[in-house]
Amino acid sequence: MTTTPLLRATGLTKAYGATPALSGADFALRAGEVVAVMGPSGSGKSTLLHCLAGIVRPDAGTLTYDGRELTALSDAHRSALRRTDFGFVFQFGQLVPELTCVENVALPLRLNGDRRKAAEARATEWLARLEVDDTAGKRPGEISGGQGQRVAVARALVTAPRVIFADEPTGALDSLNGERVMQLLTDASRDTGAAVVLVTHEARVAAYSDREVVVRDGAVRDAEWAA
Amino acid sequence: MSIGHTLLGLLESGPRHGYDLKRAFDERFGHDRPLHYGQVYSTMSRLLRNGLVVVEGIEPGDGPERKRYAITEAGITDVGQWLATPEKPEPYLQSTLYTKVVLALLTGRGAADILDAQRSEHLRLMRELTRRKRDGDLADQLICDHALFHLEADLRWLELTAARLDRLAEEVRR
Amino acid sequence: MSLSGRARDLALGARFAFTGGRSGLLRTVLTATGVGFGVALLLLAASFPNMLFQREVRESVRAVDAGEQVTSPRPGSFLHLDRPTVYRGEAVSGLLLRPEGDAPPVPPGATRFPARGEMLVSPALRDLLDSPEGALLRERLPYKAAGTIGPAGLIGPAELRYVAHAGFLTTENLDGRGVRFGWSVPAEPMNAFLLLLVLVACVVLLLPVLVFIATAVRFGGEQRDRRLAALRLVGADTAMARRIAAGEALAGALLGLAVGGGLFALARRFAGAFTIWDVNAYPSDVVPMPALAALVLVTVPVASVVVALFALRGVAIEPLGVVRTAVPRRRRLWWRLLLVVAGAALLLPLVGEVRVTGTSVDTVAIAAGMVLCLLGLVTLLPWLVEACVKRLNGGPVAWQLAVRRLQLSSGTAARAVSGIVVAATGAIALQMLFQAMENDFTQHTGEDTARAQVAVGTHARTAEEARRVIDRFERTPGVSAVIGTVESHVWRPGPLKGGEEFAPSASIRVGDCPSLKEYAALPSCADGDVFVFLAHGAQGNPGDSWVTRTARPGATVVLRDPHPHPDASRRAGNGPPPRWRIPADARVVDARPDPTGMYQFGILATPSAIDGRLLDEPDAQAMVRLDPAVPDAAEHVRNAAAAIDPTSWVRTLQDVQRDAAFSSVRTGILVGSTLTMLLVAASLLVATLEQLRDRKRLLSSLVAFGTRRSTLSWSVLWQTAVPIVLGLALAAAGGLALGVVLLRMTGQRVRDWSVFLPVMGIGAGLIAVVTLVSLPVLWRLMRADGLRTE
Repeated sequence: MTTTPLLRATGLTKAYGATPALSGADFALRAGEVVAVMGPSGSGKSTLLHCLAGIVRPDAGTLTYDGRELTALSDAHRSALRRTDFGFVFQFGQLVPELTCVENVALPLRLNGDRRKAAEARATEWLARLEVDDTAGKRPGEISGGQGQRVAVARALVTAPRVIFADEPTGALDSLNGERVMQLLTDASRDTGAAVVLVTHEARVAAYSDREVVVRDGAVRDAEWAA
Repeated sequence: MSIGHTLLGLLESGPRHGYDLKRAFDERFGHDRPLHYGQVYSTMSRLLRNGLVVVEGIEPGDGPERKRYAITEAGITDVGQWLATPEKPEPYLQSTLYTKVVLALLTGRGAADILDAQRSEHLRLMRELTRRKRDGDLADQLICDHALFHLEADLRWLELTAARLDRLAEEVRR
Repeated sequence: MSLSGRARDLALGARFAFTGGRSGLLRTVLTATGVGFGVALLLLAASFPNMLFQREVRESVRAVDAGEQVTSPRPGSFLHLDRPTVYRGEAVSGLLLRPEGDAPPVPPGATRFPARGEMLVSPALRDLLDSPEGALLRERLPYKAAGTIGPAGLIGPAELRYVAHAGFLTTENLDGRGVRFGWSVPAEPMNAFLLLLVLVACVVLLLPVLVFIATAVRFGGEQRDRRLAALRLVGADTAMARRIAAGEALAGALLGLAVGGGLFALARRFAGAFTIWDVNAYPSDVVPMPALAALVLVTVPVASVVVALFALRGVAIEPLGVVRTAVPRRRRLWWRLLLVVAGAALLLPLVGEVRVTGTSVDTVAIAAGMVLCLLGLVTLLPWLVEACVKRLNGGPVAWQLAVRRLQLSSGTAARAVSGIVVAATGAIALQMLFQAMENDFTQHTGEDTARAQVAVGTHARTAEEARRVIDRFERTPGVSAVIGTVESHVWRPGPLKGGEEFAPSASIRVGDCPSLKEYAALPSCADGDVFVFLAHGAQGNPGDSWVTRTARPGATVVLRDPHPHPDASRRAGNGPPPRWRIPADARVVDARPDPTGMYQFGILATPSAIDGRLLDEPDAQAMVRLDPAVPDAAEHVRNAAAAIDPTSWVRTLQDVQRDAAFSSVRTGILVGSTLTMLLVAASLLVATLEQLRDRKRLLSSLVAFGTRRSTLSWSVLWQTAVPIVLGLALAAAGGLALGVVLLRMTGQRVRDWSVFLPVMGIGAGLIAVVTLVSLPVLWRLMRADGLRTE
């Protein structure tokens, strides 16, 4: 276990106004591993994920991704990183309601400058892989929650990212659908070699991970990387 | 559940007489099954034999259990090891876990570590079950799911307990 | 970021404008409609100068070329005389021609020269003459309709015009002699007043469109926020997200441009069907001034993008949601006032600078000044609403709910209303300007229709003939009184004095006492009296000494020009000119305006004071008072005049046609501002409905603990009413002030302060409409099932 982590955070601190969300969190993620981030609600799990993904800028601490200091990057660079290296699956609401599913999946590719046809062809492949190719022409409002999450997974994976950030990806689904989404997500990420940061409070979901870390009161207990 | 470790743990906060030990145990852990004096006596003799406790003095008066026990260094180490060892995940183990948490609080050890270690152990098993489920047939899946849901229930309880550790610590130390 | 990347972002935004589901589509349609109406109105306003110019061009093209003086008949020469008339309030233009050779030029729009006694008519006149309504006009035009005048000879498709071959034209009763048609095309199309009007109209129309776009880009804010956040999550950076938002606004604006273009094209089709302000135009003449059109075509989309981006200032679009970073700061008054002051500073120096005779106005200063003033008012509104609402308190629950809501976020409401403020302010200012011009034109004529309604003039060879003309009018049906005089001139006898090129003269009017009293203030009058009446130089007339050089009590005058111009085509008199002595007891009196509003001067004589037969080239002048009970009385008079003398002139004293034109312009402004305000109301409605939906659960819980429907309905009403009332008050104050300044520019005074009342009425109506329309939605949301989470 001596490989250099792909993503490493040390001493992350973040407060929203007077409310501390993270107080000195450490975290490391190796390429290709699936790490569950667990902890009670309000413990700072989501904030940790947002910081790791460069969505939220931490107040203090360092965050290195692939040898680069993320906190020093401009918004445009971090946005570009989100387009190319990261993928996201949230509980709900991450699909653009105006676009069809295939367009939603193709969106990151198109934002990256790909031609529409090529982008949508790849998006269609991914929809098929996640067993939701029948939703291609529909809008997110017209499909079920489980299908929506699979479309979201497809969109997260379509750019062949190195890290997928999943925040309660099954939170709005029933057990069976949740299981299926987790299976598809972890299978697909293992196939493509993408690492997954999986924020969840459900042990059954966390059981799809390779290891887990626990966030409590804004600090991270990471058995493996603890000093 | 190990009565020996429990009684040892109770001694850690200070020497006690045999009847004190029984009362403390019954108050905290023996709601449905109070200890017999015989159990206390035999357990304490075993601990004495193993050098985990010593007899600090004998109270004058009538009755058989007037001995005052104190924990030894070896005894303290033994309690620590026991607490640190996660229980083998299985259904309905909360009584043991609960005892461990309370004892950890009583002895000033970190109860959260116990819970984390236990969660880790639970998850190890759950991962195993999840893998088996993924590769197995429907019967396997259903059997695994049964175990998974029970394990998850344990973990939920653990989380809840962890969230209430502060209040529990207050009540325990009172 | 590459250009294609930018284009892609904009296109993606545009995509959202059309695929955003029902509410997104509604938003886009609303934006497009609003912008469309605005653009169409703007294009029409921008076409107005050209329309007037084309009209002048058309008039010049068909006019007889007067550039060349033709003194003697040629094979291609012809005599011409303009014979316009009015039929039931509509102008009929007419041209009488008589060829002097066998090769006269064909009049414009015609295929041949009409034969003697024939006339060519415009399609509209042909229709009129063929219909029963044209019966009286047929009597007046004693020519056989033998052909049609095409568009080349007409100003507009609805113009009533005839071109007749009249055999009675002589060198004595003509306008002139010509050899070809086509007068030089005027170069300068506009006078300064019109320029000012068009400019003001453009500003007044353009600003609400911009404000509307600003309001529209905020429609569906929540949905858009979610969408932008989702885009940020998948890796759109801040700039991309903003461009996408801008693309959405741009799509609405571009669609609006298309709609506006369509509406404009439609309006052009109908340009010929309406006559507004004397302008009836062929669609091909309704072409916007290229500069103005380009301005509209560029401003609207650019402004939509700018406004969309401006609306996103103080807003951080983050991947997790849109954060309004702007801490609610106190609205400051000073820079808002500064805008108004700066605008006023630009406008005030122009006071009195705009003259009818001018051909240009300080476009930049006026436009910039107005824009600044209007923008200042718009920005004043949020401050005003906030300042007022802050002080509001107490009252019933409904009022409290509304006031608290406004206190929390008055900006949204104020923004929605700001469109009303601009539209209303502009409408009021424009109305005042129009009204003043309307009054101005009426003032110019000064005609007193209480004394007479029609003035007629005919040439007569003798006073006897003139007398008969007057008698004829008195017998005409519908005539209740005739002010009739026979007019001629008297000259000073004797040789020319040094410096004089012709003999001094004065006019003489012979008529009965009641008629003479219309020209001067007579202390008393009996047959046999003679008066010298003086105008004292009023209306730019020559001073009294000019008259008294010839006409003094006791002075002798001659009744024919003693020193006629050698070229004069008048028939030679026989013998020495007859002399007449003005009686020594003739009284000198003050002239008064005649019914046409003009001051006359000279000599007034009753019939027995002078032998009418001695008058040289007498004209019969009659002003006729009509019996309002007789329909078409004026038409009978005109027919009588035409029958007596086809070259007579008839003038209606009250220019009804002009009045109608002005009122149609006023109606136009009112309709325009109503449309604008309706659109604003629509946006207000959307905002209200969105807000209601956002607070669905709150409403349901209010209902759950027993709040009455009426309470919530009233609170919605108050919530709409408070900002609108404040906005309208601001608009009234601003509009009147702006109107005064604009009027002062043209050197006029305010004649009617009440022009803002209709606009206020419309505003009040809007409050009611918005509330009424939002009530069903409110009630639906108030049903208990609103408590269910979705």
